[in-house]
Amino acid sequence: MSGFFSRLRAGLTRSSRALGDGISAAFGGGKLSLERLGELEDVLISADLGVSVANEICQALRDNRELKNMDDIGLREALAVEIAKQLQPVQQQLSLPTAKPVVILMAGVNGAGKTTTIGKLAKRYMADGKTVMLAACDTFRAAASEQLQVWGARANVPVVAGAPGADASGLAFQALERAKAENVDILIIDTAGRLQSNETLMAELEKITRVIGKLDATAPHASLLVLDATTGQNAIQQAEAFLRAAKITGLIMTKLDGTARGGCLVPIARKLALPIHFIGVGEQAEDLQEFDATNFARALTGLEGE
Amino acid sequence: MVSAHWSEIATRQQYLPTGALLVEAFKTCMFDTLSENLGSIFDRLRGRGALSEKDVDAALGEIRTALLEADVALPVVRAFIDIVRPRAIGAEVLKSVTPGQQVIKIVNDALIEMLGQAAPLSFDAVPPVAIMMVGLQGSGKTTSTGKLSKWLAEKDKRKVLMASLDTQRPAAMQQLAVLGQQIGVETLPIIGGQAPVDIAKRALQAGKLGGFDVVMLDTAGRTNADEALMAEMVAIEKAASPKEILLVADSLTGQEAVTIAAQFAERVSLSGIVLTRADGDGRGGAALSIRHVTNVPIKFLGVGEGVDKLEIFDPSRVANRILGMGDVVGLVEKAAETMDAEKAEKIAARMKKGQFTLEDLAEQLKQMQRMGGMSGVLGMLPGMGKLKKQTAGLQMDDRALIQQAAIVSSMTQAEKDNPKILNASRKRRIAAGAGTSVQEINKLIKMHRQMADMMKKFGKGGMKGLAGMMGGMGGGMPGGLMGGGMPSADQLPDFNKLTGGSGSTPPTPDFLKGMGIPPKKK
Ligand SMILES: Nc1nc2c(ncn2[C@@H]2O[C@H](COP(=O)(O)OP(=O)(O)OP(=O)(O)O)[C@@H](O)[C@H]2O)c(=O)[nH]1
Ligand SMILES: [Mg+2]
Repeated sequence: MSGFFSRLRAGLTRSSRALGDGISAAFGGGKLSLERLGELEDVLISADLGVSVANEICQALRDNRELKNMDDIGLREALAVEIAKQLQPVQQQLSLPTAKPVVILMAGVNGAGKTTTIGKLAKRYMADGKTVMLAACDTFRAAASEQLQVWGARANVPVVAGAPGADASGLAFQALERAKAENVDILIIDTAGRLQSNETLMAELEKITRVIGKLDATAPHASLLVLDATTGQNAIQQAEAFLRAAKITGLIMTKLDGTARGGCLVPIARKLALPIHFIGVGEQAEDLQEFDATNFARALTGLEGE
Repeated sequence: MVSAHWSEIATRQQYLPTGALLVEAFKTCMFDTLSENLGSIFDRLRGRGALSEKDVDAALGEIRTALLEADVALPVVRAFIDIVRPRAIGAEVLKSVTPGQQVIKIVNDALIEMLGQAAPLSFDAVPPVAIMMVGLQGSGKTTSTGKLSKWLAEKDKRKVLMASLDTQRPAAMQQLAVLGQQIGVETLPIIGGQAPVDIAKRALQAGKLGGFDVVMLDTAGRTNADEALMAEMVAIEKAASPKEILLVADSLTGQEAVTIAAQFAERVSLSGIVLTRADGDGRGGAALSIRHVTNVPIKFLGVGEGVDKLEIFDPSRVANRILGMGDVVGLVEKAAETMDAEKAEKIAARMKKGQFTLEDLAEQLKQMQRMGGMSGVLGMLPGMGKLKKQTAGLQMDDRALIQQAAIVSSMTQAEKDNPKILNASRKRRIAAGAGTSVQEINKLIKMHRQMADMMKKFGKGGMKGLAGMMGGMGGGMPGGLMGGGMPSADQLPDFNKLTGGSGSTPPTPDFLKGMGIPPKKK
């Protein structure tokens, strides 16, 4: 096992200790009662899985006869297996088509980690021997463009930027033109953070996708929603709204190095079946890992990675 | 208190016909999952006097779920239920309300109490007074620093210096510098390579020398799990001795809010909370979690990206959201923002006289459009989260608004002034002009007539006529739009009765029909 998962675990075990403790408390007696299952449900709720999903997962466990004699670790394993089962179908690598350039659009609410994740992705693709270009289409937030330019410089990739307040879709169009002209492999477009309830801003996002579609009808080839692991049930609404406006093709969850467990991915996976590609585990360029359902579920329940 | 809330709204209503319409609609129609569920629990109970232990426990189960769905953290939900339970058991059910409404009232009051009141910032120190902003990455510290600085500079006439101590995130210092230019507040010159503690000291020094009243210290985002950064925060507090340390937290935070807030509170002496992203459609239960574990007042709400989007925390508004009852004040404010004040006063004046022309109607329709169309308006109403999903694909609603406005603008002045002259050939001409059918013209005329009638009543009977007017507006909505999944009218709580408020609770079968809600069974 590389530092890959140990780093994930470093963050996640910290965060999942509470969850693990919860289970230990729930099954102190070793026997599994209905009441204890209720406590188990509370434990899942505390990990942001939401009331109904937590309830359903516990129901599934309740039907499992073997659980009766299981110890704390065994129950964690069972719980992790159940959660992993829900997440397995959405564990999907971000596979890029053969287009040139491949256009990746990043979207999400304010402060979710879009720009940072772009920096991480740029570094990753550069390491893979691809040529990358970034488009600073957040023309709204103060110094958003400068922030992306720092990441561009770190990964040694060019950044297309416009004046503050410039039209984001126009800039995206220009960036794609330039990426085509320069024969770049991958163009990653940063967008301004927006709350999904702001219909005007969501329409703007839709416009960006429409405008780049004029240059390449298949673009954007991936539209990624960046979700913050500390977000609660509103993450579900975020995923739904961004799916509608920007035809999101996949998810990235950031800030899993904190104590939050990102359990909202479970209801989102069940409801929308959106692929989950990466997780962010820190502020440095290398703090990006491929999403792994089993490890995520195990870390969520306070177990070591496999 | 809810009642104070309503009276505040009522005073604004004078100038806001559309806002008034919507608020009345809201009051009549305060449906949501919680009251729906409570309604069914208490159905059997109607008119049976005091609330029994068993009934209360069943109801509290629903409350628990509602709070958890609103992201209130589990331990805080438990603490809350412990407070509410004894208050609810044995409570007399008022004649005029259902037990469900009574429980919601008790819960709502307890929520407001637990959320606490906002408190002013303290400047009780030798200037420059330092205010330190702390929080997780991406929680909105820098934006809030800018907003708060603008507030202090403009409203309080204080001389403010802002300094970014964020040496972590790329271009964080530039972000604050740009914000400073935007809002006309000075920022500490950036010197590369300086450590946060040294920047803090330099900022205070510059604050002293420059005769500043306030020095705002914007710190880097940090997770509570990062010991090095948490220790750095402690060192900054030590070096700067800030009068206020504000935890900037995202309203959309989930269950972890308790841990995060507790761990920040453990390390530095927090004096207040700024809740950001309160303009979203989140239920914002984190407010309760954070307030409960830190025991410091929530002082401000961030309600938008603009530098003016900062408000003093209002517990009743947040409580309403947590219970899923919509953001009524926000709705009225949105109406105020988008409404041309002069026009509004003119319409209001005419309404008082009981006049309501087709042009007034057109103006109302345009106003609805400016507020983001039906979906924008509905989105702010309670219980609409669910509904919004059903109407997602339906752009119909807004098209109807646009079309109806187009019909009016296709009329001659004489026709607008006196719709009675609209004969078949005139209607055909208008239909052609507006690109619609004669049927639609007839609908609009009928809607206008209903509303004009209501206005007459309003002219005589004050606010009471208003809700009925919504019936007319409702007529403009596609019938099926509001269908399905809505609680019936008798499940709708009525806060006027609960609070003994100024009591405009008109029976509004028309309106409810418009909303696709079955009328109250008598
Ligand atoms: N701890 C941690 N912090 C992260 C992670 N990803 C991003 N951040 C931090 O979160 C903050 C916001 O990240 P940004 O990349 O600026 O977020 P954004 O979505 O581009 O924000 P806006 O453009 O302002 O909407 C920054 O301080 C980042 O360093 C992560 O995986 N872990
Ligand atoms: Mg950004």
